[in-house]
Amino acid sequence: MKRWIAFWNIMRKDIWTYYLKPPNISWGLIFPVAWTGMFFIKSGSGLESIVTLLPGVIAVSILFGTTSMLAVTVTFEKKNRSFERLLLAPIPLELLMLAKTSGAILFGVVNAFVPITLALFLTDLSQVAWMAVLPAVVMIAIASTFLGLFIAVSVSEVFEAQTFSNFFRFPMIFLCGLFFPVESLPVLLRPVSYMLPITYGADILHGAIHGQGMLPLPLDFLIITGFCVILFYISLKNIHRKWIY
Amino acid sequence: METQESISSADTRKSLIKVTKLTKRFDQVTAVNEISFDVHRGELFGFLGPNGAGKTTTINMLTGLAKPDSGTIQIAGLEYAKNPKAAQHLIGVVPDESNLYPELSGFDNLCFCASLYGIHKSERRTRAKELLETFGLKEAAYRKFAGYSKGMKRKLTIAAGIIHHPHILFLDEPTTGIDVASARQIRQLIADLHRSGTTIFFTTHYIEEAERLCERIAFIVKARIVAIDTVLNLLQPIQERSSMLISLSNPADDLCGKLATAFPHYEFQSLYPDQVRVESAARISVGALVRFIENQGAEVTEARLLRPSLEEVFIRVTGIELDIMRKEKERTGGSL
Repeated sequence: MKRWIAFWNIMRKDIWTYYLKPPNISWGLIFPVAWTGMFFIKSGSGLESIVTLLPGVIAVSILFGTTSMLAVTVTFEKKNRSFERLLLAPIPLELLMLAKTSGAILFGVVNAFVPITLALFLTDLSQVAWMAVLPAVVMIAIASTFLGLFIAVSVSEVFEAQTFSNFFRFPMIFLCGLFFPVESLPVLLRPVSYMLPITYGADILHGAIHGQGMLPLPLDFLIITGFCVILFYISLKNIHRKWIY
Repeated sequence: METQESISSADTRKSLIKVTKLTKRFDQVTAVNEISFDVHRGELFGFLGPNGAGKTTTINMLTGLAKPDSGTIQIAGLEYAKNPKAAQHLIGVVPDESNLYPELSGFDNLCFCASLYGIHKSERRTRAKELLETFGLKEAAYRKFAGYSKGMKRKLTIAAGIIHHPHILFLDEPTTGIDVASARQIRQLIADLHRSGTTIFFTTHYIEEAERLCERIAFIVKARIVAIDTVLNLLQPIQERSSMLISLSNPADDLCGKLATAFPHYEFQSLYPDQVRVESAARISVGALVRFIENQGAEVTEARLLRPSLEEVFIRVTGIELDIMRKEKERTGGSL
């Protein structure tokens, strides 16, 4: 019970002090809208193309929202030493890091529903398999957050975290099948796609929203869960190695 | 002066901290080298040394922020390596820099820190209010921590360190870099905490501060403990000697050499061109000294007997020059 008091309060503090600040709310709203608009205009087609664009926009919104926030909530706190206060608390590191990332996961999930809500007003989404979309959104949010955590604990400065994030994020837009199918990528780049967690999250969304998934849903879920476990484990290892030196 | 080994074995009071042959290396540098000591229940234990001696690395190992390369740490009988989180329940830590959350108020910072120890909402609110009152921060309770002065920040950081009623409080350089009034208040708060029964592990490079507050002191220099004993026992050897500081104008060349020839029973040391330190096992004859110096063409502007201080003990034991200590204090904004 005592540990859950700590967990809840760490998550609550992060939400109040970081995620509910106006710049982050506007980032969470404006960024997905801008992406949706950009790809819609680029496609040059009618409102019916929204359905094919939607999985990519959802995944990008989650990816950018979560990875950006971890640089602040973890790297910044490590830099100003307030993270030491958490490391000194009598709670296991696994629980502590889950508490630190849970705010970002929720932020990612909320971000995902901005383009979904907009799409609901613009097009018919009656064919969407929501029972697959919802867990897919959560899994993409977890995978992106843990990717952000991996980046945040690999660097020591906030600007390094942002730069390092972009090193992963921008190639992922093109390599993860968000807007261009993985099959249409050059043969040499395809293995890279399969090594990125968002590829599998996007595949679930494509399958659930317009029925064009690459892999069976259970396999997608299994692989993305595996990525989450590996990224979280590596991040914990890095914290032990670098911060509890 | 007792050795590390004898103080560990001779004392029969129960140890709350027991450190045995603790070592920490960073690449080729040994930051802490096989140090051993005990801290007794209810004791205010000083851990003194110049910057870079290994004080903070030792605290980091004692609090779980660093892993020793070898050696053992026991906190209240718990082996730290096996039970780090159980041991962390028993300790409070006040780091050398205030590390609370700048965007939270003083009250919210304390409540948040209490929640990390699993304290329920109503209890943490009551405790936070009580500590804000005790530390004289009631008026600033709902102001953001970022807007606090350095002294206020340090006081709130100490309050956060004791929010969960720890058995042991680690204080790392609590008065470094803050104004004189705040430093005095903090020393008073430390003394009050000690009186209330909290065991305090206290690091500082202000030797006068440690002398005033601590019961026992360990000197750490270049990663090793070079002396450990009660303040009284550490002072004993120099209390039997007389020391005097003579300030001069127009000192003659090699004045110390001439003085040593004229007064063979005294020891002379020139600290600065215009200051001579005199030491003797017997009483120092001020009149004869002053007359001799003035006959050499210099003018004595001040002659002052020196009170035996722990700083002198430190200099004797460690071999660190007084002016190096002074420069270090000036550089770090010493407040004493």
